[in-house]
Amino acid sequence: MPSPESMMQRRSLIEVDNLSKAYGFSSVLRQVTFSVPHGQFVGLLGPNGSGKSTLLRLLAGLARPTSGTVHVGGWQIPHEADQVKRHIGLVSHRSLLYPTLTALENLAFFARLYDVPAQPAHLLALLDEVGLKKRAHSLVRTFSRGMQQRLSIARALIHNPDVLLFDEPHTGLDQQASDMLDTLLRQASGAGRTIIMTTHDLQRVPSLAQRVIVLHRGVVVLDDSHPQSSSDLISTFRRVTTEAGSQ
Amino acid sequence: MMRLMTAAWAVVYKDLKTESRTRELVGVMLLFALLSVMIFSFALELDRLARREAVSGVLWVTVVYASVLGLNRSMAQERENGSIDALLIAPVPRVAVFWGKFISSFLFTAAIGLLLLPLITILYNLTVLNPLVIVLLLVGTWGICVTGTVLSAMTVQARGGEALLPVALLPIVLPIVIGMVRATTGVLNDAPAEEWVGWIPIVVLIDAVYTVISAVVFGYIVEE
Repeated sequence: MPSPESMMQRRSLIEVDNLSKAYGFSSVLRQVTFSVPHGQFVGLLGPNGSGKSTLLRLLAGLARPTSGTVHVGGWQIPHEADQVKRHIGLVSHRSLLYPTLTALENLAFFARLYDVPAQPAHLLALLDEVGLKKRAHSLVRTFSRGMQQRLSIARALIHNPDVLLFDEPHTGLDQQASDMLDTLLRQASGAGRTIIMTTHDLQRVPSLAQRVIVLHRGVVVLDDSHPQSSSDLISTFRRVTTEAGSQ
Repeated sequence: MMRLMTAAWAVVYKDLKTESRTRELVGVMLLFALLSVMIFSFALELDRLARREAVSGVLWVTVVYASVLGLNRSMAQERENGSIDALLIAPVPRVAVFWGKFISSFLFTAAIGLLLLPLITILYNLTVLNPLVIVLLLVGTWGICVTGTVLSAMTVQARGGEALLPVALLPIVLPIVIGMVRATTGVLNDAPAEEWVGWIPIVVLIDAVYTVISAVVFGYIVEE
């Protein structure tokens, strides 16, 4: 019987099949199906309330599907969620950090949870990657929004995951911090990681993502792997969401 | 099992470290406890007999409400920056997060309860600093905190959740509080052991049942 790892080599890394999610009577995702191969950078777009964040939460194992299946690396969520979690890192528009701990203490805490080495040298190297080594002993509450976001990326990378999920990571960042974040995103993508990023910033997507999936009212209305310019993407986005809205 | 213990300890260590910096939980709990004990002390000042009978009630009412303040704040800290999500996507059993949050709440509440004993001894002129009372305090605090941990995880997600916690918690921990008040009154009044000792195994049993139920349902409560 092939192991999930060997199956991972043959199949797509992420497979979402007929996935639906409802909260009470409110249906947020409806029969969403797509797969993502190793190393692909996917931009997940959609208007507010289209189900982007819910989809990411399902992929991260934070929510339970109402119906349908999600496989990451051959393991199914939620039944094999612990194995899936070892392969996933999540960066949200919220920092998911503890403001009254230092940057190093935050990373040490998450290193213990992920059962990876929590020695200062290892963690300092990680902080160096995101340009925060000099602030290793500063409390997170003294960090700017951009610095918190970079520390969030270090936290998400602590267990060297194959898949990185970004939920509107540019929210609240100024231009300089957004550019710095884009550099880190390109580095992560260049290192062969599979990335799914939700965003409202259509201008940034073509320079980062190799594929665009557009959700509207919980349904995939566009799945496009062809490179587009920012202006083409914006007009395509408007067209598909308007068409879907009028149906 | 080792992973569970390591992860639970990491959560406890993180909570203790955070609290050592902010004193946000213990500060509020202690202030409330001091005010509560002093107000009751003045209210019962003239009636020595009533004070003797009421002191265990004062102790337990104060401990329960102080624990509510601590539990609310402890879980709200996890929600504020979404850090609960970071805990839940870590590859550790969710019950480890439950144990970590419970143990830290238990330590904070027990510490407040223990600090109250010498204070009550002075204000009420009654010796409540007694090894048996300490044992009762720990047994009762366990049940209150174990239930409070799971309920605060639920109420913190709701609008006005901080007000909901006491409403949800008090009916559930009432058997524990009744048992502990009876047993503490018996100990403090030097009543024959057979009059109060039976409450201890009853409350220990309730603690055990609540612990199992809370540990099992926690994972479902924090999941969407």
